[in-house]
Amino acid sequence: MDFTYDDEQVALRDAVRGLVGKAYNDYEHRRQVVKADPGFDEQQWARLAEMGVLGLPFSEEDGGVGAGPVEIGIVCQELGRTLAPEPFLASVVLAGGLVAAAGTAEQRAEVLGALASGESVLAFAHDEPGRRWGASAEKVTATQDGDTWTLSGVKEPVLHGARADVLVVSAALPDGGTGAFLVAGDAEGLTRSGYATYDGGRAARVALDGTPGSPLGANGQDLTASIATVLDITRIMAANQALGAMQTLLKATTDYLKSRKQFGVTLNTFQALTFRAADMYTSLELTHSLVDWSTMVVAAGSPEEVAAAAARVSLQVSRGGRHVGQEAIQLHGGIAMTAEYNVGMFVAHLTALDHLFGDGDHQVRTLSAAVSDYDLLDPLEV
Amino acid sequence: MQLELSEDDQEFRAEMRAFFTTEVSEEIRRTVIEGRELTRDQIVEAQQTLNAAGLAVPHWPEAYGGRGWSELRRHIWHEEMQRAGVPTPLAFNASMIGPVIAHFGTEEQKQQFLPKTANLDIWWSQGFSEPDAGSDLASLRTTAVRDGEEWVVNGQKTWTTLGQFGDWIFTLVRTDPDVKKQAGISMLLIDMTSPGLEVRPIELIDGGFEVNEVWFEDVRVPAANLVGELNGGWTIAKFLLGNERVGVAPVGATKRILARAKDLAKETSDGEGGTLLDDPLVRARIVELENELLALELTALRVVAHSAGGEPHPASSVLKLKGTELQQAVSELMVDLAGPASVASGADDGSDLPDWTRTVTPTYLNLRKASIYGGSNEIQRQIISRTILGL
Repeated sequence: MDFTYDDEQVALRDAVRGLVGKAYNDYEHRRQVVKADPGFDEQQWARLAEMGVLGLPFSEEDGGVGAGPVEIGIVCQELGRTLAPEPFLASVVLAGGLVAAAGTAEQRAEVLGALASGESVLAFAHDEPGRRWGASAEKVTATQDGDTWTLSGVKEPVLHGARADVLVVSAALPDGGTGAFLVAGDAEGLTRSGYATYDGGRAARVALDGTPGSPLGANGQDLTASIATVLDITRIMAANQALGAMQTLLKATTDYLKSRKQFGVTLNTFQALTFRAADMYTSLELTHSLVDWSTMVVAAGSPEEVAAAAARVSLQVSRGGRHVGQEAIQLHGGIAMTAEYNVGMFVAHLTALDHLFGDGDHQVRTLSAAVSDYDLLDPLEV
Repeated sequence: MQLELSEDDQEFRAEMRAFFTTEVSEEIRRTVIEGRELTRDQIVEAQQTLNAAGLAVPHWPEAYGGRGWSELRRHIWHEEMQRAGVPTPLAFNASMIGPVIAHFGTEEQKQQFLPKTANLDIWWSQGFSEPDAGSDLASLRTTAVRDGEEWVVNGQKTWTTLGQFGDWIFTLVRTDPDVKKQAGISMLLIDMTSPGLEVRPIELIDGGFEVNEVWFEDVRVPAANLVGELNGGWTIAKFLLGNERVGVAPVGATKRILARAKDLAKETSDGEGGTLLDDPLVRARIVELENELLALELTALRVVAHSAGGEPHPASSVLKLKGTELQQAVSELMVDLAGPASVASGADDGSDLPDWTRTVTPTYLNLRKASIYGGSNEIQRQIISRTILGL
């Protein structure tokens, strides 16, 4: 049992921190970048590709680096610390993760190679209006006619769905189950309407109307289980990203308490405020522990264990993230309400992460179903 | 980063589990698991069983019974003990005065006290708090005045837990009234059978008599019973309280009680044809508690993994703060599961209500102490905000 990074992991962290920090430690720069489409810096995306970050999770034969979940978590934490808007989570971890898990060797080499080199942005079109956080698709349907498949229906919200060069679209299969299909950005019958999200991100309505797609993996294969596992891994990586954001929020808050003066003294004179900061620290440390643990479960656990770990860490991040975020704004006071100060935007991003893949109450519901199946939890027996 | 224990540590864990579940009296473990009160004899028997196997004071220096284990092994030892319902070695002996004597004591004191302290042949009581010295411990007023080869002690200590069983008491006393308050304190070891020493029980909100006042009226104490340097007591107190905080998050015991709460909820009727565990609100509450306990346990593992240098990890204050909150929250859940039966604490064998429902409310009331002792949780917040956050 070891909760520390090895030398190579520390080097990766420092390298990513250097690259991302150089761009986004200046919050005003981040504001300018997210104001214009596509909502991130294409040159920064290319630099991440050059560093090998965009190919981290993928095997070498697929054009990647073959790194493990700890390394991917490190990148997510660093992106979270500065609110870097580049779509690593949506494009590499989620969409790329599904192609890596379910694609044929040919699909993996083509799609992941282009993703890792920065040539192509990928998006996973999965959420559907009226549905919440499941692994299956219902409202977008796939129809087979001879060798060709076409898709119809609406996906929304799709992260970076307007910018993506290639979409991975989940769809209900004719004989039941959920498949996934690669759809080119310029495919026939595809209508994409992009918009900004409140945290400076981008999402889109993606309408498909007899749109051609090529099935991911074997023809007509039910990929529900693969989608579920990739979503679980994405939850754990989103938790890493949220942890980075929470760390920045606590640091910003303690710095502010030490420097801001009222009544002729700095705010850290007031115990009503410092005690609340101490409680933020407690929430942060508890979250940190579950994030590290769940990341290690990805490396060591079965899909069922990864699913449980994802629910557990998401629950903690939901509760802890709301606590730390809300208190960060309150302890700053009015300044944190302004768009030009970064704290409010970190809270907005935590709110988005909380709702993209299943919020705390959703996780409680999931975990409640199994609560009588075991007596006590043993985190080391995975 | 790696989740798995090493093979050696896995083996160690299996050994501990086997020992605790087979070698310690079944009756004693059942008493702990069912939440009933242990007798003095049972506490002594359990500690002596552990001590005979070298498992009572593994964290002491090796010369006095320590095992030289890693922090992780100490953690595993402590968790497995709690999981099996084994009473942990008496904290006053094993965690408090033992390490102090081993670190600060004279050779004579070590010989005289350490073996008997490890074996619970001497039952130690703690004489720190006073009516006007709680969280502000340094303002204590019990005095010791030198008279020849003796100290003469006058004053009053309070909140002395299990003082009714005590053979000896380690005290902080004021030996110099004319300097800054922290600089005039010394530690004295006092035989509780000394003339002029009186133990008066305090009835608590759970109906029990767990704590006491200890009064000193011209109690004469041999000069050789001073620990460490004259007026060096504050340093010793900080050493002792630092040790106290580390083991004070009872993760293993709280997990065991929560698992029991689930079992009891499963076998308790909701009066409408189902059980309490069918209630989604009960399940949700259990899930939230389990998750917080998991986060706490993993934080404890992170702390032990990073405490190799002997200094406690700064996050150890989090363990005390959150550990006691969860201990209290689980005891509260137990009362709610008992429902109307929870009022029947005084019922006897003729009662139709399940045994467990009688003890849960006194336990809940008793455990309000957990966020007060060992440095109140507000003191922990102070430590976090000052020492860790630099506020």
